[in-house]
Amino acid sequence: MKSARTLLPGLRAAATWIPLMAVLGGWAWAQATAAGDVFPRRAGENLWSFARDMLAVLPAMFMLIGLFDVWVPRAVIERHVGRDSGAKAVGWMILLAMLQAGPLYVAFPVAVALWRKGCAPRNVFIYLGAFSSIKLPLLSFEVACLGWTFSLVRTAITLPVFIALAYLLEKQLPRSIQLPEQEPKT
Amino acid sequence: MSGFILLTVAATAVSWAADTGKTRRGLRQGWRMLIRLLPALTGVLAGVSLALAAIPAESLRALLARDSPLTFLAALAVGSVTLMPGFVAYPLAAGLKAGGASVSVLAAFLTTLMMVGVATLPVEARFFGWRIALWRNALAFIGAAVVAAGMAVLLR
Repeated sequence: MKSARTLLPGLRAAATWIPLMAVLGGWAWAQATAAGDVFPRRAGENLWSFARDMLAVLPAMFMLIGLFDVWVPRAVIERHVGRDSGAKAVGWMILLAMLQAGPLYVAFPVAVALWRKGCAPRNVFIYLGAFSSIKLPLLSFEVACLGWTFSLVRTAITLPVFIALAYLLEKQLPRSIQLPEQEPKT
Repeated sequence: MSGFILLTVAATAVSWAADTGKTRRGLRQGWRMLIRLLPALTGVLAGVSLALAAIPAESLRALLARDSPLTFLAALAVGSVTLMPGFVAYPLAAGLKAGGASVSVLAAFLTTLMMVGVATLPVEARFFGWRIALWRNALAFIGAAVVAAGMAVLLR
């Protein structure tokens, strides 16, 4: 018989953090809907907007990452965006990143999943760079607020810069570098 | 955003029909990573919420709505240490522009805001380790400064 732990790993961590976050979120929501311009209300409003962001993308994102992990063969990732991949890989990473939405911390687990499947570090960093600065939902909002010229020039300069940075960062790291364990501490 | 959730549910359903065991394994893997992220993320978001509330938008405006090399540096620093959703940052930037901030200051603030995440460093380190997290942010800071300087030259 399977024990509860193997059915739902990290149960104890979940039992600690999920109620805590629910209480925080409830407080934030109560503050955000209150009146007046005082410190707790502003803090609650901020926290509530972050929490809403999180609820909207985080659970679904991690489900997709899990599915990616079991379905996509390592060889496919290695061939297309691995250590020996070429310029085409850069295009793939940017396309993947541009189509997403959400705050940067949502991109970290995706990046780690790619890395573990054999994606070259430089391509992982290109993904993070593109995600942080040129994803489409962000660009459309930027155009609305600051105009076409600003957005186009910023994108045109940012693109080569973060690609160069990604190569630089990969060069700087030893080939054998390992990512930290992703298992929850119980 | 709900399109994304719909897509995820559909993908999971298809996956479940194709191979239940595999799907279960995948979902468990995703759950594990999510749980691992929660402590650092809760701390960071709570901390940032408090900090942002303590520094009202008016003081940011007062600090950045000018055009001098010192303001440029201040914009780089402020953008690096803060965490703001785009729908807050862009209207703020538009307000700064209306208030007289130069393009270089706007670009410095926005690019560091997007590319450098001092506030989210604990979360990033959780995934990548401190070494990669610190290097990535240091390089991103330099990159953002280059981008902002480039924009200042082109959009003068």
